[in-house]
Amino acid sequence: MNAPVKIETTLKDWETDQEVRWCPGCGDYAILKAVQRTLPKIGADPANTVFISGIGCSSRFPYYMETYGFHTIHGRAPAVATGVKLANPELDIWLVTGDGDGLSIGGNHMMHVLRRNVDMQIMLFNNEIYGLTKGQYSPTSRVGTPSPSTPRGSVDAPANPCAFALGSGARFVARGFDVSKKLPEVLIAAHEHRGAAFIEIFQNCIVYNKDVFDDFAAPKGAEDRQLWLEDGEPMLFGSEKTGGVKGLRLNTDTLSFEVVEVADGDWQAAGVRVHDTKNRVIAHLLAELPFGPYPMAMGVLYDDPAPTFSDGMIAEREAATKGKEANLAKLLQSGQTWTVDGTAQDPV
Amino acid sequence: MASAADTRPPETAGAAPDSVVVRFAGDSGDGMQLTGGQFTLSTALAGNDLATFPDFPAEIRAPQGTLFGVSAFQINFGSRSINTAGDAPDVLIAMNPAALKVNLPALKPGGLVIADTGEFTKRNLDKAKYDANPLEDDTLAKYQVLAFDISALTIEAVKPFGLGNKDALRSKNMWTLGLALWMFDRSREPLHAWLKQKFAKKPDIADANIAALDAGHAYGETAELSGPLKQTHIGPVKSEPGLYRTITGAEAVSLGLVAGAQLAELPMFFGGYPITPASAILHHLARLKEYGVTTFQAEDEIAAICAAIGASYAGSLGVTSSSGPGIALKTEAMGLAIMVELPLVIVNSQRGGPSTGLPTKTEQSDLYQAVYGRNGDAPMPVIACRSPSDAFDCAIEATRIATQYMTPVMLLTDGYIANAAEPWKVPDPAQFAPFPARFKDSLAEGEDFAPYARDEKGARPWVKPGTPGLMHRVGGIEKHATTGNIDYSPDNHQAMTDARAKKVLGVEVPEQDVALGEAGGKLAVVGWGSTYGPIRQAVRRAREKGHDVAQIHVRHIWPLPANLGELLRSFDRVLVPEMNTGQFKTVLRDQFLVDAESLTKTSGQPFQIAELEAAIARYFDGIDGNEGGEVEVNEQQLPNLEAGHDDGSYSDAPFHGEGAVPSGTDTDSEAVNQ
Ligand code: SF4
Repeated sequence: MNAPVKIETTLKDWETDQEVRWCPGCGDYAILKAVQRTLPKIGADPANTVFISGIGCSSRFPYYMETYGFHTIHGRAPAVATGVKLANPELDIWLVTGDGDGLSIGGNHMMHVLRRNVDMQIMLFNNEIYGLTKGQYSPTSRVGTPSPSTPRGSVDAPANPCAFALGSGARFVARGFDVSKKLPEVLIAAHEHRGAAFIEIFQNCIVYNKDVFDDFAAPKGAEDRQLWLEDGEPMLFGSEKTGGVKGLRLNTDTLSFEVVEVADGDWQAAGVRVHDTKNRVIAHLLAELPFGPYPMAMGVLYDDPAPTFSDGMIAEREAATKGKEANLAKLLQSGQTWTVDGTAQDPV
Repeated sequence: MASAADTRPPETAGAAPDSVVVRFAGDSGDGMQLTGGQFTLSTALAGNDLATFPDFPAEIRAPQGTLFGVSAFQINFGSRSINTAGDAPDVLIAMNPAALKVNLPALKPGGLVIADTGEFTKRNLDKAKYDANPLEDDTLAKYQVLAFDISALTIEAVKPFGLGNKDALRSKNMWTLGLALWMFDRSREPLHAWLKQKFAKKPDIADANIAALDAGHAYGETAELSGPLKQTHIGPVKSEPGLYRTITGAEAVSLGLVAGAQLAELPMFFGGYPITPASAILHHLARLKEYGVTTFQAEDEIAAICAAIGASYAGSLGVTSSSGPGIALKTEAMGLAIMVELPLVIVNSQRGGPSTGLPTKTEQSDLYQAVYGRNGDAPMPVIACRSPSDAFDCAIEATRIATQYMTPVMLLTDGYIANAAEPWKVPDPAQFAPFPARFKDSLAEGEDFAPYARDEKGARPWVKPGTPGLMHRVGGIEKHATTGNIDYSPDNHQAMTDARAKKVLGVEVPEQDVALGEAGGKLAVVGWGSTYGPIRQAVRRAREKGHDVAQIHVRHIWPLPANLGELLRSFDRVLVPEMNTGQFKTVLRDQFLVDAESLTKTSGQPFQIAELEAAIARYFDGIDGNEGGEVEVNEQQLPNLEAGHDDGSYSDAPFHGEGAVPSGTDTDSEAVNQ
């Protein structure tokens, strides 16, 4: 993020005249609105904002944003965005990618943009399927996902995007889902983070993988199945109405979380852990919490800024050029030279 | 190829040669490239013209003493104009048996072998697969031999510095260099200065090396009295007055890109990924940050080009560089750059292919890849450098076209040009015509912004993100001819395909000239890229024999110069020598319907002058005064003049030939290599 001057805009200012071409009911619509709602809140400047995407349903996103936009090639958006950022560190870059684009064909670039900590917001729309190519299973599809390419169900284990991001050295990792009211908050937190901010957004592909996230995203019972993390707050979920407030307690022997009942709001007594977004080990545990026995960890899992790539490059350039002048004529004459004037040669 | 020795024109064969070819050969660990490089510098300082050819193994540290671990550096220098690294060495300096074995077949009969007897041990002879010591039997009967224990002499020379034997032997190459300096009457001063600077932090090592260098030099003086060693003085070449330096192709490309970016008034962003032989460009540019250069070592070739495209999008000059396999990986992204119409320079330092091929050897086999090798109709200008110094001008030209026409441009160089050095008259940047890039930053009254509206050159406007009021979207998907919005409609795709092709075909390139000779003769020898040197020399020699042959060397591979077709048709015959199986020949045939014939070579080695001379001579067989036909060459490489035309007919013309089938595909590379 990089918006020193806050600009007043409304949601309308961020809409283009382009007809949005996602399938009716696709989760992408909700994410688009969430983003368009978020940008005025953070005072973003459309002229200074760049949306960069790869290939896939989600990657059509830039066409619908009244900003600068670059719809690149499959998987390569992080590399293109890295070049944009290095060439102009003042630009505010949002990367839009999907589970296939960002973790399959572009997995390598995703790893490197994260470890380099290139300052941008990376939204990975995870719908656990290849939508644009008509429904093949993806690297995040659960084992047994039937698809045109896996008629009897997929057999390979899925990747966990947030765990991948942490493993790649990401300094900001968050989760949200398409229709969640809290998505803008997550986006704002990502934008406030200087450096690569990775946001996994569960997105409902209504055509090829309908309601695959309903087990935790459906409104009914959501409180019991979603753990919304807040820095400095206890890790609580559930409610009195739905069968009791619960929390996560760290078992220091097994180094894993346990679900505990919280009686009378006394979470301290239950030993519930307070979320610390700077704790990388805990972030790993939260990213990998198996859904089912545990709720789905949502919100900001990890947020601990570190020097960004462009900061490093700028500092390096300053050090490397200190006291040096850019004199092309001199540069061309560098090394050992000699003159020819018809007679003598004099090594310089 | 021993016969090449006979090809030297009579006027140069006398007692005071006007050029000499020396090859330094040793183990990879012997520092032959360094020795060669320093000898090159002293040669340049002596005012000779020169060309070099480093030939090193692909392995970083091949096992010591083995045949595949041999590293060689050849230099051709003279008091006349030099265009190639020379066919056959006059002098071979062999630091061990393997170096002798690998390089001896190249040596000119009667040439001088200098060998380090200290390394001709049973163990090393075994590794080089010698049954007996070649210094002691008649293996070297055809040559002059100077064999002595360089190892022992070096150890002796550096004794006062208290180095162990192992460290002492590291100075062997400096001892040898000292001897070479004496042989060609060179000053040692620049070398002393260089060693002192190189080992500024270890004065002991500097002194030891200087002592070794001086000892080698002194040895020459003593040995002259008794043996075959003679001091030779090669006078300076007549060159244009001015300031000179030596330059390799990789340096020239780097400097040319820096100059080009300055002329375009743009910062440069270079995305690269390590690959032989292209990495040197990344290394050079990484040290030039004060010239507004950002270098980015990407995670792979694809990221390297994509980041460069991103930088161009943001308003820098994006540049990426690689060699064949890496260029293949960048292909899809080149299509993107063509589609979004952003400036980009892609440097391809070609090497032997396909696949990993010959990483350290040269070839010109990526021409199809450059001109045609993308999905869809994806036109892109292609420029080829002919020599290390020419690479400087070509890099500027590539930058000019890229920024003026909003297009990616491929700059072709090769492993030979990248590594070879030659003297270069340093240009004055004030003489270059600037071509500042223009950014669109505002709208006229009532103007609707159209990101794909074209100017008279067919170029679309370049808008930097961050510019208020001009927000727009670009992408690899087909877009509307003016608005840039997604548009798959049939008429629009037709219009955009046409517009992209027209823009590139409309790139202004200079008229094709005749490099040597005149238009309208009997034979045109048409080359591109690094074959310039050997073709020039071969054509020069053929012309000295009175043959009506001309050299045409093409820089602009795509689009081709408008007058090229007519120029080619003015000749009776067209011969296209290439280090591939006939790629440019095919392009010429396709574009101009001329009966171009191929001379091909794919051994990983540059053409020798003799090979080209022989090929040219074929066209003049049966003609009075033809001497070229006596040269023994690898027959399989030559166009088959006995066969008929494609249509089965024989030409009535004095130069009947057939050229439809590239004839070099089954080249016996060993024979050519030698
Ligand atoms: S295929 Fe799925 S992800 Fe793609 S637009 Fe349709 S619903 Fe959305």
